[in-house]
Amino acid sequence: MTSIIATMAPAEPVTFARQARMRGYVTMGGPPLIVFALFVAVWYLISYGLLSERRRFLLPPPHDVVSVGFLDWHNFAEILAGLGSTAAISLAGFAIAGTIGFTLAVVMSQSVAMERSFYPYAVALQTLPVLAMTPLVGLWFGFDTFSRILICSILALFPIITNTLFGLKSVEPSQRDLFDLMKAGRWTRLWRLEIPAALPNILTGLRISGGLSVIGAIVADFFFRQGDPGIGRLLDIYRASLETERLYAAIICSSLLGLALFLTNTLISRHVLRNWHASAHSKSS
Amino acid sequence: MTEGATTVAVRPTEGAARSLLAFRGVEMVFPNGVHAVDTVDMDIAPGEFVSLVGPSGCGKSTLLRIASGLARPTAGEVVLNTGHIAYVFQDPTLLPWRTVRQNVELCNQLKKLPKAERAEKARQAIEMVGLAGFENRHPNQLSGGMRMRASLARALTLEPEVFLFDEPFGAIDEITRERLNSELLRIFRTRAFAGVFVTHSIAEAVFLSTRVAVMSARPGRIIGEFDVPFPYPREPELRSTPEFAALTGEIGRCLRSGAQ
Ligand SMILES: Nc1ncnc2c1ncn2[C@@H]1O[C@H](COP(=O)(O)OP(=O)(O)OP(=O)(O)O)[C@@H](O)[C@H]1O
Ligand SMILES: [Mg+2]
Repeated sequence: MTSIIATMAPAEPVTFARQARMRGYVTMGGPPLIVFALFVAVWYLISYGLLSERRRFLLPPPHDVVSVGFLDWHNFAEILAGLGSTAAISLAGFAIAGTIGFTLAVVMSQSVAMERSFYPYAVALQTLPVLAMTPLVGLWFGFDTFSRILICSILALFPIITNTLFGLKSVEPSQRDLFDLMKAGRWTRLWRLEIPAALPNILTGLRISGGLSVIGAIVADFFFRQGDPGIGRLLDIYRASLETERLYAAIICSSLLGLALFLTNTLISRHVLRNWHASAHSKSS
Repeated sequence: MTEGATTVAVRPTEGAARSLLAFRGVEMVFPNGVHAVDTVDMDIAPGEFVSLVGPSGCGKSTLLRIASGLARPTAGEVVLNTGHIAYVFQDPTLLPWRTVRQNVELCNQLKKLPKAERAEKARQAIEMVGLAGFENRHPNQLSGGMRMRASLARALTLEPEVFLFDEPFGAIDEITRERLNSELLRIFRTRAFAGVFVTHSIAEAVFLSTRVAVMSARPGRIIGEFDVPFPYPREPELRSTPEFAALTGEIGRCLRSGAQ
């Protein structure tokens, strides 16, 4: 590997570059690692220092969580399967929310009448306590996958609508003038100007909704108990049986799922917006 | 393409004798009551380059917007004897998600010109403004002056007969600005459009134009028109001649008299 690189470029710049990169990783990764170490230390302190042996199940020490939750293949496979099911639900809900939210925002951006008619309901949807709706959703649509996806998409819908609509409507007036001057039609304007200009906002909306769809899927797991169990149902089972090592492992895994989604979205945004002005980056973050 | 600006023939038009663009008693009162423009009459003939100077807020941009059809006057009319009009805004108005080439192609893309044709026009325009080699850059990778050049190139692809400029170099440093002035003149001489150029700089106005029109404070009227006698091609040294200074001084006095 190194020899190939050495034949392609002078050795020195490569090592310099690599050193610089390593230094970059260290300065970037250092502080979070220190915090992580502190976190684990406090965890041990509580497990062994604060909790008596009888109550240690409340916070089992990290190595127990790892050995029971992650290294025991039977346990870990169960958690992975639950995670997969939840991930699939949240992805489906996210896709549905994305499609519907984007379409609604485009429709609202094209006509004031449409915006006036629909926007209040979009806002109402956000203030709607989705949890309060779950029993009804279950009665109407059953207690399995469909309802899980439905709750998930309702929860993820709003940020996509508002962010997309905001982006579509905040195109710079001078850019609109340019398209006016060329007598561009509504579709051309939408496709060539408004949607590209709204891209940073659309991506922001998607990022927020991605997080919400994971939350939605886990919450829905608690309520809709038919079909293959998601991570939310496993959390409830482990709680009921006081298997706290597995409970902690499941919690860690579900936060990793959220984190993975967030990182994916961030990377996609970065890639899509890589050529934009710095202001577009800050607008999107 | 290369003959002098004043000798270019323009396709015959019915009605208004030789003017490409004419303001006839144009008046603009905005819905909020601001009386921006007050009865402007002005003719711009082929080969003319008219600069508009006036105090801030006197309705210069409004006048250009009316000329381009972006705004409708509340009284009077604009006679435009060509379909080829281009407008360079005060800011470059480039689309940040498009490369220089794609930005320059935008207008002809919106006009649904075939791909090859608009690519060729874009190539020529980019060459003309001196951006060759930067086609694949995005606007955020360009300096302010280069962005303005790209904006200019985009307007040039329309092969305008009437060219409106709204303070295009207002936000650009003095040296770059003078260079862009010279390049604009070079383009003016090869492309032979009729220009209307809004600026705050009297020197810029005189250097570029065949005629300078001075506007009063709001409501804007034309209170003085000055023919600029210097022949083209004009060299930057023109700026330091006594004749140049005399003319800018005269225009400055007129401007101040109308500024109250
Ligand atoms: N859409 C509008 N509605 C109401 N008033 C407007 C509108 N557009 C411009 N005005 C007002 O009309 C007047 C003329 O504006 P305009 O932009 O034409 O001035 P300007 O001469 O271009 O000024 P500057 O040199 O600062 O660019 C200003 O007082 C401005 O506030
Ligand atoms: Mg203006």
